[in-house]
Amino acid sequence: MSDTTQEQSTPRPTWRVMLRSAATSSYLTSFLAIVVALLIGAILIGAADAQVQQTAAYLFAQPSDFFGAVGHAVGGAYSSLFQGAVVNVSTANNAADVIAPITKTIAYSVPLIFAGLALGIGFRAGMFNIGAQGQIILGAVLCGYVGFSWHLPIVIHVIVCLIGAFVGGALWGFIPGILKAKTGANEVIVTIMLNSIAVFLLGWLLTLQAFRKPTSNAPISPTMDPSAQFPHFFGTPIDLGFVLAILAAVGVWWLMERSTLGFRIRAVGENPDAARTAGMNVSMTYVWVMILSGGLAGLAATSQLLSSASQQLNANIASTFGFDAITVALLGRSKPVGTVLAGLLFGGLRAGGYLMQSVTGTPIDIILVVQSVIVLLIAAPPLVRALFRLPDPERRRRATSRAHARSTREEVTA
Amino acid sequence: MKKLAASAVLITAAALALAGCASAPQSNPSTGATGSASNFLACMISDQGGFDDKSFNQSGFEGLVKAQDELGVTIKSAESQNASDFAPNLESMQTNNCDLTITVGFMLAEATKAQATANPDTHFAIIDDNSIELPNVKPLVFKTSDASFLAGYLAAAYSTTGVVATFGGMQIPSVTIFMDGFVDGVAQYNADSGKTVQVLGWDKATQKGSFTGDFEDQSKGQITTKNFIEAGADVVMPVAGPVGNGAAMAAQDAGNVAIIWVDADGFETAPQYQDLFLTSVMKEIGQSVFDTIKATEDGTYSNTPYVGTLANGGVGIAPYHNFDSKIPQEVKDKINQLQADIASGKLKVVSPSDPQ
Repeated sequence: MSDTTQEQSTPRPTWRVMLRSAATSSYLTSFLAIVVALLIGAILIGAADAQVQQTAAYLFAQPSDFFGAVGHAVGGAYSSLFQGAVVNVSTANNAADVIAPITKTIAYSVPLIFAGLALGIGFRAGMFNIGAQGQIILGAVLCGYVGFSWHLPIVIHVIVCLIGAFVGGALWGFIPGILKAKTGANEVIVTIMLNSIAVFLLGWLLTLQAFRKPTSNAPISPTMDPSAQFPHFFGTPIDLGFVLAILAAVGVWWLMERSTLGFRIRAVGENPDAARTAGMNVSMTYVWVMILSGGLAGLAATSQLLSSASQQLNANIASTFGFDAITVALLGRSKPVGTVLAGLLFGGLRAGGYLMQSVTGTPIDIILVVQSVIVLLIAAPPLVRALFRLPDPERRRRATSRAHARSTREEVTA
Repeated sequence: MKKLAASAVLITAAALALAGCASAPQSNPSTGATGSASNFLACMISDQGGFDDKSFNQSGFEGLVKAQDELGVTIKSAESQNASDFAPNLESMQTNNCDLTITVGFMLAEATKAQATANPDTHFAIIDDNSIELPNVKPLVFKTSDASFLAGYLAAAYSTTGVVATFGGMQIPSVTIFMDGFVDGVAQYNADSGKTVQVLGWDKATQKGSFTGDFEDQSKGQITTKNFIEAGADVVMPVAGPVGNGAAMAAQDAGNVAIIWVDADGFETAPQYQDLFLTSVMKEIGQSVFDTIKATEDGTYSNTPYVGTLANGGVGIAPYHNFDSKIPQEVKDKINQLQADIASGKLKVVSPSDPQ
């Protein structure tokens, strides 16, 4: 690759730098990013509210009206967001109702955790895998087909579906991996293109008789077999998928921190040239990273298909999880624990968003704005530091080492 | 830089101050509907197109707003961004105790069925789906093929190149039903006149044809239409919501190509292309929503499907507007005749996607 040398001589702010700064940002930065995002969200909620607009016209004549309206709009929206995501205190009839929102949040976090872990592995290896969307779709195709057309006994059916999902995603990850390894093709471009191919592949498959509900002309598959369903816990929306997601997080932690492959992945991510000099097979590492990453992303599809009765494969099965997962992985600093927490936060924003929209009529796009601002701030830690006048950890480290050097010098002269 | 920021702040502050200088109203009239106060709550959930899709979600929402304005009912709405939002949106909406919940699009059928089964005491209605058989779900469906048959006949009669075309956004029944009727209308013209006008983009027998893949990307509509025009088509009917704008752009570039709009009268909803619209195949979704809300409020809700046809005015073709002078009187007469025949049942237009 010809641009490698150039990159070394002039460190341009590329996405590689952005990934690294996101991965090394502190938990404080992440927390502050969330706070700022919610504040910006509050401003937009106020601005979009009809009552606020009305009272703003006579702001100076009667400011109390304006601020009352702002408080009502923002308070109402965020209160229903909270009640939809964490605990419902206003309309609950019993204890189960009170905790129902948090169980939904957990259920919604599952695909985001899987896909976030998948992208995190790629990020740690210095690979910007944008292809989670396509990998989820391929996982859904295989898992779905196995789920509705093969009639297997209970337990075995779920396992076969899980394998199908992993294989589907891994296949879609293998393609950009091998292309990068063999030809140096940029994985960003290849995975974006494969996303489109996956969308149209699924669209085409759904026109085939084999993938279509027999009685219908609509592009929807038959419903999944009852045997191909995750067991639920205590009648809540939480199912085996969440346990598997947590297990996957533990697995990823072990892989990255304890295994030889993980060490290789991290070394390649830090500096591919150094890793190559140290005798590591960088190309094969890229391939393995993409296979693992794709397979984990493929598993995200299972939470859509195996979570409840009446699930069907449709053109929209992957929702926007593949893209939301980029945010989740960045916010989670590509680490398993962070990814799980970020997945829960985004699951909560989704669960709460439904209630916020239905009850207060706040536009659902606010949620997207909040998520986007979080990403923006996470990717640019200096911006957050400037906003809150936080010290630069790098500079402090440099300053302390300089001071240390000076003191030792003084000691020597004395 | 600092100066710039400071002046920007000053200007914004000044603008805010000026904007906020109006005097306060004397008393605060109760906000809400202008009509007679009503406790009736009508709710609506969109599919992933959202309520600003210039197509069927928007038409449905207009019916909801009309009910708010004219009947004084309270309304709540929620937009879905993708298929996984349907069930949660419906569930959250039920916390408002809606008297009637309308779901827009067949994609929401499974979610609607589940919520209607769980809440047997509240009423539901679903647009473009006729698969749910429950006492509290009313399907609102349209025999669009009746109207697009007339549009197909008109297109064939108007075409000078002997080639017309149609394409869809996605291959779903509510789209292909337009294309089936269009193809049959052209066939009718060929049978009547002895000509052989060709239809590109849809084969009714095999149910295969041209689709752009979504209802968003206008550039795909533009490319598809450009290809049709290069193949000789001089009338194109895009059945793809906002993607149709791309078709209109391609037609404008080519000149001498007419567009047949769908869902609403394009002459009014897309005025920038007024000179291109031969006619529009209209589907009165808004009216059906309004009527259903009114009936439910009056206590005359029933789960009998509403089927919009040429006979009841639920579907139809728009006036010819700027093309009025370019269409021979005998063609207009023939179309009026066909319209009457279809409405009376003398002529039957059949599509595999017809509401059963």
